[in-house]
Amino acid sequence: MARNISKKPAGRDNVGRQVSTTTVSGVPIKALYGPADLDGIDLETELGQPGQKPYTRGIYPEMYRKRHWTMRQFSGFGTAEDTNERFRYLLDHGQTGLSVAFDLPTLMGVDSDHLMSEGEVGKCGVAVDSLEDMETLFRGISLAEISTSMTTNAPAPILWAMYLVVAEKQGAPWSKLTGTIQNDLLKEYIAQKTYIFPPRPSMKMVVDTFEFGFRNVPRWNTISISGYHIREAGSTALQELAFTLYDGIEYVEWARRRGLDVDDFAPRLSFFFNAHNDLFEEVAKYRAARKIWHKIMTERFGARNPRSTLLRFHTQTAGCSLTAQQPSNNVVRTTVQALAAVLGGTQSLHTNSLDETLALPTEHTARIALQTQQILAEESGLTDTVDPLGGSYYLERLTLEMEQGCWDYFERLDRMGGMVAAIEQGFPQREIQLSAYAFQKAVETREKIIVGVNDFETGDTSPIETLSIDESVAERQLTRLRTLRAHRDTGRVDRARQALSKAAREDVNVMEPVLECVRAYATLGEMCDTLRDVYGVYEEPGF
Amino acid sequence: MTTERIIRVLVAKPGLDGHDRGARVIAHAFRDAGFEVIYTGLRKTARQIVNAALQEDVDVIGISVLSGAHMTLCPRIMELIREAKLDDVLVIVGGIVPGDDIAQLKDAGIREVFGPGTSTGEIVRYIRDNVRPIQIPTDN
Repeated sequence: MARNISKKPAGRDNVGRQVSTTTVSGVPIKALYGPADLDGIDLETELGQPGQKPYTRGIYPEMYRKRHWTMRQFSGFGTAEDTNERFRYLLDHGQTGLSVAFDLPTLMGVDSDHLMSEGEVGKCGVAVDSLEDMETLFRGISLAEISTSMTTNAPAPILWAMYLVVAEKQGAPWSKLTGTIQNDLLKEYIAQKTYIFPPRPSMKMVVDTFEFGFRNVPRWNTISISGYHIREAGSTALQELAFTLYDGIEYVEWARRRGLDVDDFAPRLSFFFNAHNDLFEEVAKYRAARKIWHKIMTERFGARNPRSTLLRFHTQTAGCSLTAQQPSNNVVRTTVQALAAVLGGTQSLHTNSLDETLALPTEHTARIALQTQQILAEESGLTDTVDPLGGSYYLERLTLEMEQGCWDYFERLDRMGGMVAAIEQGFPQREIQLSAYAFQKAVETREKIIVGVNDFETGDTSPIETLSIDESVAERQLTRLRTLRAHRDTGRVDRARQALSKAAREDVNVMEPVLECVRAYATLGEMCDTLRDVYGVYEEPGF
Repeated sequence: MTTERIIRVLVAKPGLDGHDRGARVIAHAFRDAGFEVIYTGLRKTARQIVNAALQEDVDVIGISVLSGAHMTLCPRIMELIREAKLDDVLVIVGGIVPGDDIAQLKDAGIREVFGPGTSTGEIVRYIRDNVRPIQIPTDN
């Protein structure tokens, strides 16, 4: 008989088992929910119908009966050739959208031959130094037919411009392009910390992309306002939701200050959330998100176009929930999390691979992750009806509490003078740090159990095969970069960089001069250096 | 007579990534354990880290790396540590380091590598057991 022999926390056995009575975020949960928990709540107003305000139950009337969510696996490693090969593999296996992971030098706006890039080239994503790499990345892939998400923040205008020029060269009109740039700088200062410039010029460039986007690339999502990284940094579900939606408020405020009409750009705002282990808490989070955003856009910003008020979102399962111990178990965790995302009505989904805590995924583990989604979509019956959990006393109560928690945070953030000011005071950073530490302590005292880590350990530490990126990637990339620098028209590069510097200094939209730099094969590092000279760089305040 | 002085730890974040959850959690745990903690902040070069260790006269350097660049960054830090004659400083690493790399890092002088799922208590215990002598003579 299989028996768990690991030491149990005191006072816990199989009979009088003390079950966890809080969510993974530490929210207390009752033994039973019933009609009394929804006393005085008019469900018709709070929920509405799917596809109708306040969109709690979903943004479309038929949801997945009409079309499944987009299965969009984030991938990128090594050189542009390596990633191009992986993209074609994923497309051949039924993936329906691309999602590009760039390496750290690219995300930090330095070239592969920069001192700080040593050891980092092609490691966490694909190395892109110039238009040439972007052309290689999408070789043989028709940009008019595919939707592409690019995870880039500080250098987002530059990488987007590279994509637009590749499309131009393929003969794909910009009006047809679909995709997303993450372009959410606020959550960088709050959580992920891949910032370059200070918050205020960063916000200015984000608004530049909004403005350029609705005029020239109308089907492109110019931002993906992201809670994912806030959660990964250790926040609770409520903090993830509240800070993300408030980041959304901040972007809309800045765009309106530029004089943009909310209905011009708001339909292109998209969101990105985490899916953690606590199924009902997560579903409540997504449902509350739609409802709150609808209220914000109509009541706070007076949007008239219903599309401006729809919260569309991408979901990624929680990398931080995965364990290095018995990595196969991560497939199960990811399945539960993906289930939450689908029950919560996500528009697209990335499921993590089982080896996520150890390395970038291999082809094998990437396929299991994708097929997890296909099993949910095709075999589980989840897609047969819309918002199947709607009306559950427990879920509706959680959804209402999640909403109230957000309004409370919004009030505090309003009082601080908005999110940029709150970040400068270190407020969201501190809140997250305290939650991260509280969770770690709960794990160490075994208030929260993680199978294979602090309970049910098997002692099995047999290693699994993982992907490793060797230094030959960097050598190949450096050779390409040297050749590029030797063969391009340096006069044109210099003129284009001067024009970019002028635009930044005169506070005009940087997109056109960035496009010209890209066409001249200026490198990403050169363009960012030009902008650093004008805007300066951000140093995190000590706290 | 001797007395124990407080263990001083530098939590260091080399490389380009900004994943500081681990660094911040462990810094917090060290403080709770009674250590004195200096955090370098993000994206420090090997030289900046070793200079900080010298200036702050630390007993321990805890390097947090999650970017995959540990095989470049950690040996470089060790070289500079030897140059600076800080050989008795305990240098440990936390983060995502594949099994094959751990042996090489230990050859380079890293004393221990702590992977995902390690409890902060385990790291605190390791430091207390392995740090250089911190007894100092007291004046009578």
